[in-house]
Amino acid sequence: MIEVRNLRKQFGSTVAVNDVSFRVQTGEIIGLLGPNGSGKTTIMRILTGFFPPTAGTAWVGGLSVEADSIAVRRLIGYLPESVVLYPDIPVARYLRFCGEVKDLTGNKLRERIEAVIEAVGLGEVRHREIGKLSKGYRQRVGLAQALIAEPALLILDEPTVGLDPSQVIEIRNLIRNLRGQSTILLSTHILHEVSLACDRVIIIHRGDIIAEDTAEGLNRRVQGVFQTLVRVDGPLPEVVGALRSLPGVDEVIEDAVPSDAATRLRIVSREGEPVRKAIARAIVDRGWSLIEVSPIQLTLEDLFVRLVRQQPSGH
Amino acid sequence: MNRTWALYKKEVRSYFVSPLFYVVAAVFLSLCGFFFYSDLNFFLQFGFGMDIIGNFFQLLFADMSRAMLITVPLLTMRLFAEERKLGTIELLFTYPLREREVYAGKFCAAATVFLVMLGATLLYPIHLYTVQPYAFTVVAAGYCGLLLLGLMFIGVGLFVSSLTDSQVVAGVGSVGLLFLLWSASWNEASGSDRVMGVVKAFSTFEHFSNFSKGLIDSTDVLYFVFVVVFFTNLTLRSLESRRWRGRR
Repeated sequence: MIEVRNLRKQFGSTVAVNDVSFRVQTGEIIGLLGPNGSGKTTIMRILTGFFPPTAGTAWVGGLSVEADSIAVRRLIGYLPESVVLYPDIPVARYLRFCGEVKDLTGNKLRERIEAVIEAVGLGEVRHREIGKLSKGYRQRVGLAQALIAEPALLILDEPTVGLDPSQVIEIRNLIRNLRGQSTILLSTHILHEVSLACDRVIIIHRGDIIAEDTAEGLNRRVQGVFQTLVRVDGPLPEVVGALRSLPGVDEVIEDAVPSDAATRLRIVSREGEPVRKAIARAIVDRGWSLIEVSPIQLTLEDLFVRLVRQQPSGH
Repeated sequence: MNRTWALYKKEVRSYFVSPLFYVVAAVFLSLCGFFFYSDLNFFLQFGFGMDIIGNFFQLLFADMSRAMLITVPLLTMRLFAEERKLGTIELLFTYPLREREVYAGKFCAAATVFLVMLGATLLYPIHLYTVQPYAFTVVAAGYCGLLLLGLMFIGVGLFVSSLTDSQVVAGVGSVGLLFLLWSASWNEASGSDRVMGVVKAFSTFEHFSNFSKGLIDSTDVLYFVFVVVFFTNLTLRSLESRRWRGRR
C-alpha cells in the first residue's frame, strides 16, 4: 500500500526527514513513533500530497505521490495533528462538503454521511456547528471526514493528542474497529499507544528510522530477552525451583506485591511463547493453581531511550 | 467542476452566515445610498437641464467605486488568511483538489456576494428611471465597469489574503495595494512624460473613468482582464509555495 524509498525533505538548511525508507502492506496498522519534531508529520504530509519530497520517492497504492498526486489523494483519508475544522459549519453539512470534494454524489454521498456519523458516534451533534463542539467531538468529526470516502489508506497524525483519557480510549477503539477496512498509518509520541493499536512500529528520530519491528520484536531487540509475569497459588520455594528447572528459563525473580496474596514471579527467558506454555504446564502438572501468565512489555519509554542511545553519534 | 462547486457552496454559505458580510453590505449600501442622494442633489441644484450622464452618473460611479475600494477587500481578506490561521488549508490541499479549483471556488464565491451587493444598488437608477427616463445603456456601461472593477479588487484581495494568516493584514494590505494601483496616475508631475505614460497605462483610475462616462473600450476591458489573470497567477504561485517553504 505504501512504499517509501530514500525520502528526504529539507526546508532551507533544516533537514526534517533525512533518509527514510519503509513499506506498508495492505491492511496493516502501522505506528510512526517519535518525539515531537522527529519528522513524522513531514512524512505524512508528503504521503498526502501536501508537499513533495526534496529527494527520494513515495508510492501509495502503486501511484507516485508526486506524479499522480490527485489520484493518490483520492485513496487517502487524512486526519492532521490537532485538527481545527471550519467552526461555523454544522457537522453533517461539513461532511457533505468533504464527500463532495472527494467526488461522492447522490445516494452514495448520503449513505456515506450516515455511515460515518454512525461509525464515530456523531448522531446527536450532527446539526451543531463544529466550533461549538467539545475537543473530543471535534476529533471525531476529523476522523469522520477522513473516513467519508472509504479510503484505502488512513493517515492519522497524533489522533489522540489533547484528549482526556476517556476520549483517548474511545478514539483508540474507533481506530481498532477500522482494522480490515483500511490500511492505517498513525503517528504518535505516546509510546504506549502503538503497542495497543499497531501491528508494526516504525521509530523515527531526527528524520531517520532507528528501528522498525513489532512491539514485541522491539522489546527483544533492545533487551534480547523476554519477561513473563507469573502469579501462582502455591508454595514460593517449590514454585521457584520448578520453574528454574524448565528449559529456556534464565532467571526467576521474586516480584512480591503487598496487595497480592499470590506468589508473584518475574521470569526472564530467551523465548516468549514456548517458555510461557512450559511454565503453565509445569504449574498445572504439580497441582498448583495458575492465576496468571502474561508477558511483561518493557515500557516503550525505556525502549525508546535505549534505541536512541544505540544510535551512532552524529545522528 | 463538482469539487469547485462544492467549495463554492461552502464559501457562499460561510458569507451568508457570518455577520461580517452583513456589516460590509450595510456599509457599502449606506455609502452608495448617501452618494446617490448627495450627487443627485448636486445635479438638481447646479446641473439641472444639463447632461445627466456627465453631471450625475459619472460622479455617482466614481463615488461608488471608492466605496468598493474600502469594502471589497473586507470580503476577500478572510478567504485564504482564515484557512491558514485555522490550519484548514492543510486538509484542503490533501483533498483531491487542485490549487486552481480551490482558487476558482473562492473567487466565484466572492464574486457572487459582490454581485449581490452591487445588484442591490441597481434600485437607485431604476427608481430614477421611473421618475425621469434617461439613456439606460450608458448606465449599463457604468455598471459593467463597476463589475469589472469589483472582479479586479477580488483578484487582488485574494492574492494578498494568500500571503498571510492574518485577516487584518490581508484587508489592510489589499486596500493599500488597490489604492496604489488606483491612484498611481493622479499626480501627473510625479514623473517624466514617458514614465507617466506607462504609469497611466497601469492605473486603474484611467481605465475605469471611460466606463463611468458610458464608454466601453476594449483596451479598458482588456486591462481589467489582464489584472485579474495576473493576480490569479500570482495567487496560484503563492499557494504552491507551501511545496518548498514547507509551511501552510
